Amino acid sequence: MSQTSNPTQQRTFAQKFRKNYIGWLFIILSVLGISLFYFYPMVQALLLSLQSGMGSTLEYVGLDNYVRLFNDPTFITALTNTILYLLIQVPVMIVLALIFSVLLNDPTLKFKGFFRTAIFLPAVTSLVAYAVIFKYLFGNDGLVNDFLLNMNLVSEPLNWLSDPFLAKITIIIAITWRWTGYNMIFYLSALQNVDKSMYEASKIDGASAIQQFFFITIPLLKPIILFTSIVSTIGTLQLFDEVMNITSGGPGNATMTISMYIYNLSFEYTPDFGYAATVSYVILILVVILSFIQFRVAGDRD
Amino acid sequence: MKQIKRVFTYLFLSVAALVSIFPFIWMLISMTNKSVDVTSGRLIPGTHFIENLNKLLDQTQIGIALWNSFLIAVITTVLTLLIGSLAGYGFEIYRSKGKDILFNILILSMMIPFAAIMIPLYRLFGQISADAPLIGLDTLAAAFLPTIITAFFIFFFRQNTKMFAKELVEAGRIDGLGEWGIFFRIYMPTMKTTYAAAAIIAFMNSWNNYLWPLVVLQSPEKQTIPLLISNLGAGYTPDYGVIMTAIVIATLPTALVFFLMQRHFVAGMMGSVKG
Repeated sequence: MSQTSNPTQQRTFAQKFRKNYIGWLFIILSVLGISLFYFYPMVQALLLSLQSGMGSTLEYVGLDNYVRLFNDPTFITALTNTILYLLIQVPVMIVLALIFSVLLNDPTLKFKGFFRTAIFLPAVTSLVAYAVIFKYLFGNDGLVNDFLLNMNLVSEPLNWLSDPFLAKITIIIAITWRWTGYNMIFYLSALQNVDKSMYEASKIDGASAIQQFFFITIPLLKPIILFTSIVSTIGTLQLFDEVMNITSGGPGNATMTISMYIYNLSFEYTPDFGYAATVSYVILILVVILSFIQFRVAGDRD
Repeated sequence: MKQIKRVFTYLFLSVAALVSIFPFIWMLISMTNKSVDVTSGRLIPGTHFIENLNKLLDQTQIGIALWNSFLIAVITTVLTLLIGSLAGYGFEIYRSKGKDILFNILILSMMIPFAAIMIPLYRLFGQISADAPLIGLDTLAAAFLPTIITAFFIFFFRQNTKMFAKELVEAGRIDGLGEWGIFFRIYMPTMKTTYAAAAIIAFMNSWNNYLWPLVVLQSPEKQTIPLLISNLGAGYTPDYGVIMTAIVIATLPTALVFFLMQRHFVAGMMGSVKG
């Protein structure tokens, strides 16, 4: 009896061991890759942030770089701008995307496919390509000004790119154009899984369309709204391509973002990798804090 | 009342659709016009497309840039899919406590903004430049290496592997297939749709990537399409017709992928959320 069970046991053990060991082989490349290209640079950036110097001559300066942040007007401008983009652009875009998705979810609506495709289309363009197009559209003699002048909405061309306030608005309009359709697709697919009877029941109870939106649609879409707002927050905190190609951060530093400042510190000005790494840690800290807050605010149910 | 609401809905959606499409129409029209006509706001197709195209080919290295972008995107897509699906499969099929913890650690890397690791990465590639010139700074390899292994695709493939019938793995073992054989001969063919969706995302990300190539690629003959367009757009005397032609060419691949594979496209975007 024992003679027959022993080899079987051994075989299952060997099989199990082999299965386990092979399992590690499947994931080893990814583990090494992510460690090398994400975690190792994270640690390096932390060490760099404690050093200062030009180019490759760096020496440890403790927390000096972090102190410098508070006295650096360009950093404060970049931080304020980035947060401003975040606070205005993300909510506007999410509300717009929600409105589009609710309107397009109406089964009696005609040309639904056309509207959906059209509004999603901006999401297929490359960030650089659309940024260059927006730069021209919003130029002094660009089509946006032509349109506004022809409609008699303004008496003279607006300086969309060279006025500090309008330049920020241009960036916000551009990002909203690019990403609203993208977010809409997420809400649309979530809405398709919503039980239609809930709307019918609430209709019988006398709920208006607006009440339905706030008391049924929004709560049901909460997880996906949370997901998209975290993704958009992380994206906006890293905003670079658009600002670089529409305004180059100007006029002055009026549209400068944190990512652009990091780039400038490293590759445009005399390179100061240590301080640039310090600024980059600010983005990381913001991502962690803001994601945590969003989870807290929206994710309390789970 | 209901009728008015209807009209308003159509009006609102039409305006939104027009605003969304207009830049595309404008770039298609401007591609066929002279630079002066583009600046004067001409919205009628012209006859200068061939002229613009010839200028683009003569004055810029668009051919090389297209080839670089294409090469990088194809290699990135193949490697991303292979490595990502191996890991997604490995984490789900050979589940263990240790691997689950490791998985959660890897997922954390999705929170790391690229700007935060860009400088150490740049220095890393700078350091290996001397010893390994083929993957050092200013090589195409440097432009794609840090992008091929991402937690996103591991997560994406793991989520989709949850829907893969695990009995197929057992059936493969009984049929005498090795563990690798099961992956390559059963899993891969069964998961074609997942691979298609992932391929679209990986290709698009690579094709449109700007910041990292901007940092590592310096010489003009290493330029990718986004770098070329960015340089053209920043020029002091831009030829708008030529730039628009370049932008249309750059947008064409992703727009084609979208129109030909709309379902996979959307499925790919959703993949990261379901489950």
